[in-house]
Amino acid sequence: MAHLEHTAVHGHDVHDEHHEEHHELSFIRKYIFSEDHKVIGKQFLITGLIWAVIGGTLSMIFRLQLGLPNADLEWLRPILGEWITPDHKLSQEFYLALVTMHGTIMVFFVLTAGLSGTFSNFLIPLQIGARDMASGFLNMLSYWFFFVSGVLMFISLFIETGPASGGWVIYPPLSAVQEAMPGSGLGMTLWLCAMALFIISSLLGGINYITTIINLRTKGMTFDRLPLTIWAFFLTAIIGVLSFPVLLSAALLLIFDRSFGTSFFLSDIYINGHALDHVGGSPILFQHLFWFLGHPEVYIVLLPALGITSEIISTNSRKPIFGYKAMIGSMIGITFLSFIVWAHHMFVTGMNPFLGSIFMLLTLIIAVPSAVKAFNYITTLWQGNLIFTPGMLFSIGLVSVFISGGVTGIILGNAALDVHLHDTYFVVAHFHLVMGSASFFGFMAGVYHWFPKMFGRMMDERLGYVHFWMTFVGVYLVFFPMHYQGIAGFPRRYYTYTVYNAFNSFHDLEAFISIAAFITFGAQFIFGFNFFYSIFKGRPASSNPWRSNTLEWTTPLHPGHGNWVGEIPTVYRWPYDYSKPGAEDDFIPQTVPYSQTASSNTEHDAELLKNEQSH
Amino acid sequence: MGVSEKISDKIEREASIVLSKKMILWIFIITIVMMFAAWTSAYIFKRAEGNWLIFEMPTLMLYSTIVLLVSSFSMHMAYSSAKKDNLERVKIALIFTTILGFIFVVLQLFSFKSLIDKEIYFTGKSSNVAASFLYILTFIHALHIVAGIVFLLITLAKSLGNNIHSKNMLTLELCATFWHFLDGLWVFLYVFLYYIR
Repeated sequence: MAHLEHTAVHGHDVHDEHHEEHHELSFIRKYIFSEDHKVIGKQFLITGLIWAVIGGTLSMIFRLQLGLPNADLEWLRPILGEWITPDHKLSQEFYLALVTMHGTIMVFFVLTAGLSGTFSNFLIPLQIGARDMASGFLNMLSYWFFFVSGVLMFISLFIETGPASGGWVIYPPLSAVQEAMPGSGLGMTLWLCAMALFIISSLLGGINYITTIINLRTKGMTFDRLPLTIWAFFLTAIIGVLSFPVLLSAALLLIFDRSFGTSFFLSDIYINGHALDHVGGSPILFQHLFWFLGHPEVYIVLLPALGITSEIISTNSRKPIFGYKAMIGSMIGITFLSFIVWAHHMFVTGMNPFLGSIFMLLTLIIAVPSAVKAFNYITTLWQGNLIFTPGMLFSIGLVSVFISGGVTGIILGNAALDVHLHDTYFVVAHFHLVMGSASFFGFMAGVYHWFPKMFGRMMDERLGYVHFWMTFVGVYLVFFPMHYQGIAGFPRRYYTYTVYNAFNSFHDLEAFISIAAFITFGAQFIFGFNFFYSIFKGRPASSNPWRSNTLEWTTPLHPGHGNWVGEIPTVYRWPYDYSKPGAEDDFIPQTVPYSQTASSNTEHDAELLKNEQSH
Repeated sequence: MGVSEKISDKIEREASIVLSKKMILWIFIITIVMMFAAWTSAYIFKRAEGNWLIFEMPTLMLYSTIVLLVSSFSMHMAYSSAKKDNLERVKIALIFTTILGFIFVVLQLFSFKSLIDKEIYFTGKSSNVAASFLYILTFIHALHIVAGIVFLLITLAKSLGNNIHSKNMLTLELCATFWHFLDGLWVFLYVFLYYIR
């Protein structure tokens, strides 16, 4: 006890600053090197959106090549310069660079940093009832490491030899031998440096998220009263902390192979008839290390989106989430399984077929918790009083693409089927639906839903509806046909398919996909306009516009640093008391004690009431 | 709603801040464990594939192991002395630990030299992946020791200003945890490399 008393006295000067809501910080401390989790969340959001535009633009350029291979691309010369060849075509090297950078940017910069960074930062302290993150300083570092990493990656787009081009999975030897292709030189070096900084950024973030959720919950906020968003962010952070260091290990070994002459991943390589000095390494080893991160990464991207969806669907169905504990259980199951299935990306590397079937079995088991989640979303929606806000539409859209992308995962997870489908457009279709689109939909749902809390204003709903329907129809038009191409054996990452007779017949389909992609991408600018316009000119929001139960809506409309004026509210119930029989209103916020809701208390609640009063 | 309740709230929040800082360190340690887990697994994987050089661990590494183990004892002495408010002994023990840390790093560098003398190279034509792994594992661990020494110097500076005592233990506790971890990690690496080579 003596120990505690001392620290309390000692900490006076440090922690009184939370109560000084009025004292003004300089512009730089408030908006740039801010330690306020809300500002950091917005920094991640806006940076993530900028990256989404860049990543999307890259994909538009390679869709031009795929859909309209005979088009004259001379008009792109002012932007792309020498990457347009003298005969007015996209250069082959640049096509590979585009595919690589599109993947890298979307997976890491948009859907990891943009999604997890934004909502973990913004929502964790607000929804658990904390003044800020456990360490505001580390949190600030996390953003600025991400920023510098982004600067390096951005610079690599403009160097003469081009950015990394060996695919976002950077398999050696392509990535390890600098002479292998233009992008394997300086571009790859910058890629590795940027990713090393990115990993540090996500570790700093993840360490903070876990610590904050465990230690700084407000009174009454037990783990079984946490909103599912928080559970999702918590498990995402755990996955990140366990898997990102492994990628860092692999990246370091790769750096040594590239620049210091070791041969961890290289063996028996001949360039222009001359053997390289590197002997005795194993390129397959890199794949193991990479996919030990790479597969959990899928869930780092997806789980936050699923958590956001749980929250939004329950709120806008005006119904408690169906199977709250089953949702938590299935997320824990997914977290655990995500670490022991990585080799299903490597079925065709010559692995022992017996080992393959073990990984196949484990992979297929993931379908169980995923299906639990899908069913729970549907049963929550079932007979609810649905309110179709744009956020709700994107959440329902997530459920749709999660299911249609998920079922193809069962096909791809089969070692025998994967031999045929590996590296075809079937894979592209699968992960763009289940991971890309689903996470993107969750991202958008979250932005629409928490925009009033972030900026104190509402986004325009009609533009939101247009954005949703164009995106929703768009992603199906783009990715669904790819399944057929994949089944026909159409390989991914090919610059030109027209030279193969077998794939020539897909020319019209490719053009169709490209045009659908252009329209879908164009629709995102409706969102962009809506977002930035609404920040400044949107309709002012009320303090709880969705009539939601969670704690963030009990803060002032424009919460200051410290979130709550005065004491942090105490929590008395779980966050999903919507349409409770006997209650006056169709929602009971978490801060309402059972003693005030006598008319709706169940027998079980009566016991909780006794506990409440005895304290 | 008395003043007393507010103070109890504050004590609770302070306690959770202290807990948070410890937890941040522990999770940081987990990330380091995962990095070394990746490398040691890669090592086992590559070893099973063949084309593997069976090396002798340099004798100097045995000495450096002993040095690091002793430093863990002196670290613990600093900790228990601080608990008993024996401030002079805290300072001496911390200085001793820091010096032992330096000696460890120097011994590691000399063992690299002895490896090179035996023609076991990190890179180049005649190097083997086994040797590269040996260098990587020990070198990255030594880098962490350097970070630990920096942490020790910060703690020592605080201690020299008499700011570490039984009622202000957090920095020392964190430093000791990190140092014992690095010690344990080295013992693991030494045994691992000694028996699986």
